[in-house]
Amino acid sequence: MVGEHSSKQYDQDLEDIRSKVLLMGGLVESQFSDAMGAFRAGNAEQAEHIIKADDNVNRMEVQLDDACSHLIVRRQPTANDLRTVMATLKVITDLERVGDEASKIARAARNIKERNVVSTINPYETVRVIATSTTDMLHDALDAFARLDQEQAMKIISQDDFIDHEFRSIMRNAITFMMEDPRTISVALETLWVAKAIERIGDHCKNIAEYVIYIVEGKDIRHTAYSNPKTDNP
Amino acid sequence: MINHTPVNAGLKPTIEVSGLNFFYGNFQGLKHINLKIFDKKVTAFIGPSGCGKSTLLRTLNRMYDLYPGQRAEGKIIYNGRNILEPGQDVNMLRAKVGMVFQKPTPFPMSVYDNIAFGVRLYENLPKGEMDERVEWALNKAALWTEVKDKLHKSGLGLSGGQQQRLCIARGVAVKPDVLLLDEPTSALDPISTAKIEELISELKGEYTIAIVTHNMQQAARCSDYTAYMYLGELVEFGETDQIFMNPDKKETQDYITGRFG
Repeated sequence: MVGEHSSKQYDQDLEDIRSKVLLMGGLVESQFSDAMGAFRAGNAEQAEHIIKADDNVNRMEVQLDDACSHLIVRRQPTANDLRTVMATLKVITDLERVGDEASKIARAARNIKERNVVSTINPYETVRVIATSTTDMLHDALDAFARLDQEQAMKIISQDDFIDHEFRSIMRNAITFMMEDPRTISVALETLWVAKAIERIGDHCKNIAEYVIYIVEGKDIRHTAYSNPKTDNP
Repeated sequence: MINHTPVNAGLKPTIEVSGLNFFYGNFQGLKHINLKIFDKKVTAFIGPSGCGKSTLLRTLNRMYDLYPGQRAEGKIIYNGRNILEPGQDVNMLRAKVGMVFQKPTPFPMSVYDNIAFGVRLYENLPKGEMDERVEWALNKAALWTEVKDKLHKSGLGLSGGQQQRLCIARGVAVKPDVLLLDEPTSALDPISTAKIEELISELKGEYTIAIVTHNMQQAARCSDYTAYMYLGELVEFGETDQIFMNPDKKETQDYITGRFG
């Protein structure tokens, strides 16, 4: 990839930040998959545990932001190093938000379990497809960040369109259920919140993929046709 | 981040260097340099020691002429003519293309005479006008308020930062077009450095400035264009923001990120 700095400590500092981001990524990944597990099993206890564990994610965000400010003040990074630090700061924010979305999913799981209402809608089945795709997407986004793989990043960006499309079809589906049987409204709404949370996680993955491209190519592709190939030909 | 316009869009070059080679005896210090130094802009030269950046600066006002065995080939077009040609009046050239060195070099005379000395070489001003010129130059160099009560004391009695600003005042007093600064702050403390940098940004409204610096942050802070040189060659030249955010060449990136050597 790139050579080593004359200052070994500089390399070490950058590497420390990078590995901590990946650690945070791993934590967020397991928060998300645990939340989906709790949602599937209707396990309120596990859901409670996930909501509490979000504190760990938040603490890592603060620590990593601090490490990045220290690196800036001590090393005055330039060029690819500067882009790495700037992008890392944003990746941290996105990961923290993924953690928040995982908590929301856990909260929905707890609510459905606690209310114990009858419903014709199957909450987990409704979101299973986007949950699986988004889980893969999050994994791939962290992988692309770890390896600075812009090709993989491009794939993730186009995958987000699929997630958005799926979300809209879940919404239409849920509306149909609610109209047919008003007793299902409360569960259907919780399920929609979960679907929305998953869709947001997909957006965060897309952001991370965009930062990878910024690090590698120096191009900021946010809000451009580059990152939304489909907006070119509506 | 930003879409960069081409490096030379709509800008007038003050100095145009083309195919410049420079020799210290048998050693070739500069290899086929092509470069434009734009009007009323600050151009910074960065690169490791011995890469030729000071050599390049010294060709721009033929400072090298003072040393035997040094010669330049190629073209340096300034004011429509090649200053490397034998017919060039080097004294006139050095009045128009002034230079400030790494270590402050005040003359062993009063603050006033340090500035008046250069002016007297080119102009014959009555006392009143000379006084005005000295005050104007000291003001330009942001030194007037500090020295106005000791104009007739020795320039050597000033602090390092003041001495350096005195040298800049001496440079601007003869009303040059171009100021060449060869590591002007490397011997100064951070506050004097900040004052010189402030001065550079003020002076660029009226002068074309070329600065050699080992301090990359300084190049990033105060220049509009940056040239990276290595082993006598110009590796990359571009807008400073682009060079420091996203340089085209890997060699440039390695140097500015500290991956060099």
